[in-house]
Amino acid sequence: MSQSMRTPLLFAIVACLFLLEGMTDFWVFSGSWNSSLGILNMALISAIMALGVNLQWGYAGLFNVGIMGFVALGGLATVLISMPPTPGAWSAGGFRIVAGLLLGIATVVAAILVQKNMAKGRARLVVTLAVLVAGFFTYRFVFDGGVEAVEAINPALTGYLGGLNPGGAENYKAHGYMAILAWPVGALLAAAAAWVVGKTALGLRSDYLAIATLGIAEIVLAVLKNEDWMARGVKNVIGLPRPVPYEVDLQNSAGFVDRAASWGVDPTTASTITVKLSYGLLFTAVLVVLLVLSQLALKSPWGRMMRAIRDNEVAAEAMGKDVTRRHLQIFILGSAVCGLAGAMMTTLDGQLTPGTYNPLRFTFLIWVMVIVGGSGNNFGAVLGGFVIWFFWIQVEPIGNWLMATVTSGMADGSALKQHLIDSAAHMRLFSMGIILLLVLRFSPRGLVPER
Amino acid sequence: MDFLNAIVALSNFVLIPAMTYGSQLALGALGVTLIYGILRFSNFAHGDSMAFGAMATILVTWWFQSMGINLGPLPTALLALPFGILAMAAMMLATDRVVYRFYRRVKAKPIVLVMASLGVMFIMNGLVRFIIGPGEQRFADGARFIIKARDFKEWSGLKEGLVLKTSQGITVITAVIVVAALFWFLNRTRTGKSMRAFSDNEDLALLSGINPERVVMYTWLIVAALVTIAGVLYGLDKSFKPFTYFQLLLPIFASAIVGGLGNPLGAIAGGFVIAFSEVTVTYAWKKVAVYLLPESLEPSSLVQLLSTDYKFAVSFVILIVVLLFKPTGLFKGQSV
Repeated sequence: MSQSMRTPLLFAIVACLFLLEGMTDFWVFSGSWNSSLGILNMALISAIMALGVNLQWGYAGLFNVGIMGFVALGGLATVLISMPPTPGAWSAGGFRIVAGLLLGIATVVAAILVQKNMAKGRARLVVTLAVLVAGFFTYRFVFDGGVEAVEAINPALTGYLGGLNPGGAENYKAHGYMAILAWPVGALLAAAAAWVVGKTALGLRSDYLAIATLGIAEIVLAVLKNEDWMARGVKNVIGLPRPVPYEVDLQNSAGFVDRAASWGVDPTTASTITVKLSYGLLFTAVLVVLLVLSQLALKSPWGRMMRAIRDNEVAAEAMGKDVTRRHLQIFILGSAVCGLAGAMMTTLDGQLTPGTYNPLRFTFLIWVMVIVGGSGNNFGAVLGGFVIWFFWIQVEPIGNWLMATVTSGMADGSALKQHLIDSAAHMRLFSMGIILLLVLRFSPRGLVPER
Repeated sequence: MDFLNAIVALSNFVLIPAMTYGSQLALGALGVTLIYGILRFSNFAHGDSMAFGAMATILVTWWFQSMGINLGPLPTALLALPFGILAMAAMMLATDRVVYRFYRRVKAKPIVLVMASLGVMFIMNGLVRFIIGPGEQRFADGARFIIKARDFKEWSGLKEGLVLKTSQGITVITAVIVVAALFWFLNRTRTGKSMRAFSDNEDLALLSGINPERVVMYTWLIVAALVTIAGVLYGLDKSFKPFTYFQLLLPIFASAIVGGLGNPLGAIAGGFVIAFSEVTVTYAWKKVAVYLLPESLEPSSLVQLLSTDYKFAVSFVILIVVLLFKPTGLFKGQSV
């Protein structure tokens, strides 16, 4: 089958899966539009993450296994932008924290300057170490005092700096547009982190980038979990403002209840579905814009140069292309897309919970999406995002069904039967591994191969 | 006296834990480095292989415990270890046959093998969760301590008591034995020499009639033993939880790279470098400082450079520094 036929067909099949989930409760489908739209919204976000990874891997062959870190940074941006500032936090210690951080950066810069400007030898080493040690202790002294002051402010509810929402603590939910403003900021934060990683690890061997990104993701998570002054750490930030209306408000509006009645749906279901649809539309808009931009980039001279570099670095370098610089550029772009998706996801969840970020779910699952979809092809990555996310959710009911079938012949109450049924929830990772290996082995170019 | 107390406190909280952790990392990093040297890819399934090997051992341990077989003061897990290694070896040979062999045949790029190892990682992780569950498991038995704090205090008259846990002693002793056996194998036996030859120069090794599949098979067998031992020792020392094994991937990779990928000696050195820096940077030095400094200078804070939650950051920073200044690692590793 020609590829121009195949891509729309595959997308149609996926659409059918979502329709089935909404319409029928046959087999593993739930027959609830709420569930179908819920899966769809996360699938849209996953598709955006997959687009970002495809930029790095498909266009340039960069192996980034730190997606989770960039996604979490996006989530952090949502808190920093859309939450209201904690009253008194900035005057208590906020400026001191910022001063401390600036001191820390100044120390690193000073150390780098010493390395660059002094002649090589023992003196340089001693001076560098002296700068680093002295800088570290001043940084800790300034920084710790500020952190203590900020975290002491009503620790049960706030105890952090808060964000930039102009509404204040009472009225911040009325400024839901701040959540959307946070998305590009999430992208910027992720881009900044990517710049640091890229500057150090790109240009070395390809495995080293993988290890470096794996490390940076763990560090970002450790920072999010422990720096309570920033986003309350594992105490979580809840009640993030939304760019879409609240269900309660919809149910209280007479006009909405009348319209729901005229559709023949009860107001509760209608309100939840409306909210999910509004999110879905927002996310689709973002996805479409990114997809169009990626396609344009892929077809531009820049995109051809990228693929030329990917396919033969030496030849591209001989043609005068600055390989390391281009790699850095696309690494930052791809990570920014992941950060954007992370901010969108936190907005959708309405809370930032650093404890729930897991590399298997946020890094390696995205990789499965890209590989299964077809690396190097943007439509493939998007398709992979939809398919794999749908299966990731549905593997649980499928597993339950499978275990129920397998154990139907066993005696009730046998330990093995109980164990098998209880373990059905762990089928997810296992089946993802099988899917990844099968695709790699038998169809390494994915469902929608690169042209 | 205070000086002796300080030394005892130091060894309790820094030297002994770092030695133990370093031995565990070194065993893990040896596996990574061997796979890198012979099969030429970074095996992301390594952490989960450790979990799988440890799980197999735990299951056998439980079986022994239920039958009343034990080793007296030593943990029963040592008796179960050979069975765990056998199960792990079977698993590794099977994955090689089903997954990796195909990519070797078609001479796939190393990155494809890395991807395949991601798939294997998912499957191993799923299997472990499926069989033993994601929760924490205890399987240590036997005597808990070699040296107890109270006995040491009575014997020495010091204020600070030296503590040496059985698991710590066993870890270090086992690691020394395993490393000695491995180096003897690599340097003295015919198979070991052919493995090194294959690692150094594949083409010359093939020309001189070394059978690559045989070399690969021995590599997997050795790696199976290494990961199981490392996994069991880590589980005995801390506790067995599948997810912590996955997280060990970063310090293990850091150890292997810091030492120089593909260089076994480097892997051991790297393991100890990473372990000692992690422990020293995240240890609260107050206790030692109180003994050493005069009263007027005693620190009021904990004197902890970084919170323990940042231990990954430590291995990461060391990794970056070494990569920036010595890209092939402390000992000369391969650069493919």
